[in-house]
Amino acid sequence: MAASTNGKTFKVIGTRPIRHDGLEKVTGRAKYGADYSLPDMLHGKMLRSPYAHARIKSIKIDKALALPGVKAIITGADLPTLPDEMATGGEGPVNLAHLSENLLARDKVLYDGHAVAAVAATNAHIAEEAVRLIEVDYEVLPPVMTVEDAMKPGAAILNPKLRNKEEGDKETNIASHLQFKRGEVDEGFKSADYVIEREFKTAMVHQGYIEPHNGVAIFGSDGHSTIWCSTQGSFAVRALSAAVAGVPESNIKVVPAEIGGGFGGKLTVYLEPIALFLSKKTGKPVKMIMSRGDVLKATGPTSGSTIRCKIGCTKDGKLVAAKIWMAYEAGAYPGSPVGAGAMTIIAPYNIPHMIIDAYDVLVNRPKTAAYRAPGATNAAMASETIIDELADKCGIDPIQFRLLNAAQEGTAQTAGPPYKKIGYVETLEALKNSPHYKSKLEGPNRGRGIATGFWFNIGMNSSAIVHLNGDGTASVVIGSVDVGGTRAAQAMVTAEVLGIRAEDVRPLVADTDSIGYNDVTGGSRTAVTTGAAVFAAAEDAVRQLKERAAKLWEKKPEEIAYADGVLTTAGDPSKKLTIKEMAKQFARTGGPITGRGSVNLRTVGPSFAATCVDVEVDPDTAKVKILRATCVQDVGKALHPSYVEGQMQGGTAQGIGWALNEEYVYDDRGNLRNFGLLDYRMPTCLDLPELETVIVEVPAPGHPIGSRGVGEVSIVSPPAAVANAIAHATGIRMVVLPMSPPRLMKAMHNKRNGTETQAAAAGR
Amino acid sequence: MAKKTVVETTLNGETVEFLCEPRECLLEVLRDELELTGSKEGCLTGDCGACTVIVDGRSACSCLMLAVEAQGKKIETIEGLAGPNGLHVLQQKFLEHAALQCGICTPGFLMSAKALLDRNPSPTEPEIRYALAGNLCRCTGYDKIVRAVTDAAKTLASGARAA
Repeated sequence: MAASTNGKTFKVIGTRPIRHDGLEKVTGRAKYGADYSLPDMLHGKMLRSPYAHARIKSIKIDKALALPGVKAIITGADLPTLPDEMATGGEGPVNLAHLSENLLARDKVLYDGHAVAAVAATNAHIAEEAVRLIEVDYEVLPPVMTVEDAMKPGAAILNPKLRNKEEGDKETNIASHLQFKRGEVDEGFKSADYVIEREFKTAMVHQGYIEPHNGVAIFGSDGHSTIWCSTQGSFAVRALSAAVAGVPESNIKVVPAEIGGGFGGKLTVYLEPIALFLSKKTGKPVKMIMSRGDVLKATGPTSGSTIRCKIGCTKDGKLVAAKIWMAYEAGAYPGSPVGAGAMTIIAPYNIPHMIIDAYDVLVNRPKTAAYRAPGATNAAMASETIIDELADKCGIDPIQFRLLNAAQEGTAQTAGPPYKKIGYVETLEALKNSPHYKSKLEGPNRGRGIATGFWFNIGMNSSAIVHLNGDGTASVVIGSVDVGGTRAAQAMVTAEVLGIRAEDVRPLVADTDSIGYNDVTGGSRTAVTTGAAVFAAAEDAVRQLKERAAKLWEKKPEEIAYADGVLTTAGDPSKKLTIKEMAKQFARTGGPITGRGSVNLRTVGPSFAATCVDVEVDPDTAKVKILRATCVQDVGKALHPSYVEGQMQGGTAQGIGWALNEEYVYDDRGNLRNFGLLDYRMPTCLDLPELETVIVEVPAPGHPIGSRGVGEVSIVSPPAAVANAIAHATGIRMVVLPMSPPRLMKAMHNKRNGTETQAAAAGR
Repeated sequence: MAKKTVVETTLNGETVEFLCEPRECLLEVLRDELELTGSKEGCLTGDCGACTVIVDGRSACSCLMLAVEAQGKKIETIEGLAGPNGLHVLQQKFLEHAALQCGICTPGFLMSAKALLDRNPSPTEPEIRYALAGNLCRCTGYDKIVRAVTDAAKTLASGARAA
């Protein structure tokens, strides 16, 4: 690992070149998964359950199979049975049996939209007609829709084989219970002057990427196959498709198409293995695209949750104890991000006594998937609003209150070793000094709120190759799918090390045959970890350049220097070659130069962010207008500031949607009512103001450039910041998400009538 | 299944003929029949705007229009936005302002923005936000998109050629 270059000035890193893939994206020529077509291709469509919870008694496909144009129909019974155990995939371990059952149900359906059969036909319309002709006989079972209902004694059981450590051999819907403890929490509360305890409920929300899931697969008669798809992880698609379809992994090539948004939702597979299996069955390529309704019904949203949070502090503003109970919806199969929620909920603070109990709970909703800092936003809604209330009680400014308790280098984490150098204090100071925070907010029904957020960021594996071209330019080949501009950033890292212009580096995101193993684009890892791999590959190329110059000048490689694209040697100013000149000599000095880099980063710097929002609450309609919003984030070192700002703005916008309008609305039969983008209400252009950003740079130790993860943490704090702003505008402490007009209206009405109880204040 | 119909239309300035089933929407025909995949499918219910095209000068969701309705009309898609001398000012400004991240909504935004500037060359920020409210973006929070459109309007107003 190269020594950290903290403190060094950069020539290319930190500038704002036009992104290399920009032209194809603004002309519509860039190819996303659904833009791929092959000759003689079939189209696949899924039949999905209309019931939230039911046993499948029989499936009759003969009428559907008889429709002209239909070439194959499969059900769960056709797929290989996979072991009910964990395997590697996506961002972490995956239970293959659950994955396969989620893609095509076996004996039970567990949510409205759970796939039951797949049809391949000569065109998409015929496939849809065939889907309607499949007859399924269901035995409808009672739906279990909330964590409270799922945890009640006597609740209907989703998976009779599920067990957890505490309940022994008892059937249960609780997949796991984690506990984190420090100190003696009851003693801790005794020394508190103020204690606030509230119960929060946050609704299930979806990542909301504009591009639905897709996949085109071709299974060759020689056993080799290719899958084109929009994904955040081509190697994950390869591994998971191989397992589900029963095909050897090394025989699959996955070509990552451009991706129209992921945010964690495209780290797993839904259609790819099915398309692959259908292609194997029919001998033809198969294309599948998910409808928007199916995306909302059947692809992982993130958990709704119930969080009981109790925090105490002294009247001088010192936090002393925290007691937290949190239950997250896993959906139909285990795997909610409740663990991450537990580890982030009080991460920004130094609290001596704490106990956190975290439950992963099955409900008849789609299997949850990662959504940008999974688990942390739900948690921050609880902790950051209570901390705001405590600050108010102590009469201390909310930023100052946090500074008094801020985690720093050496502070214990909720789990794991103490923090290394982190930027929480710097983030808070930057917020305090921001133009937004320094401005005055005036006018009726207006309030300002701030909140902060923490996210770990992951490292894991990346590999990269740098080729030097004969004209002194270079290409960099990476395996990290580009969701938002990272390809340009990697070209910039390469250019920085080689001492050439960013425009002279061509970046390429390669398929699984053409580049070494890469973990997914997620977990805020790409700029950091792929950046480290690219840095290493470029340095490897520079090492070889020095060796070639040494050969030409009859010196030792250690006597050659390389800076700003020029090779020199000490004590002989006549010996000087630019990379362009050296490139002309590659053939006669040993052949083409290719540098390689491969890293597995075990620890990476965590990120902190802070959000400040000003709101105006309409007293008649309870509509909340966002007047002004600022995101402050410590990114270590921004590679391309425009795209770093873009990540911060994007996370802020999603957080505002989560705060005010987004939620899954299920009826009492367990059917999703708002499975379209009109009623699953995400922010539009008209709902948001300018989004101000402040980039803080506290370099991460041990990283060659000092970068920290960028992509996720900005979504963690906005809902709590909006809740705090509403509290300062109206005097009402909301404890539900979203704080949509009907709920806020009810709370305002109750407050006006003096009928304020805990439940009423929450808008229930 | 009904027989296919021949439709004649003007597409990006050229006369074009295509075959389609009556039940197909314009978006499907653009993408699958004419292989113009620049217009994107996000929802098929007219809520996201990723399929935005311009029909007889008005922006429209091509998923809400039957392909047969294109008969005799003037259709503009993203593929026709750049001119013989290079990118449209809007496309150039989107690149300069980093107004795209994943890029899937970008063609739709560019067409909506063009339809706006064609009829209102000096829009205020609220007017820009209102005109673009039918295009959803999940990546950017819209900030840089609005800046790009504002800058493009200024550049065009100063007499620069559009494309």
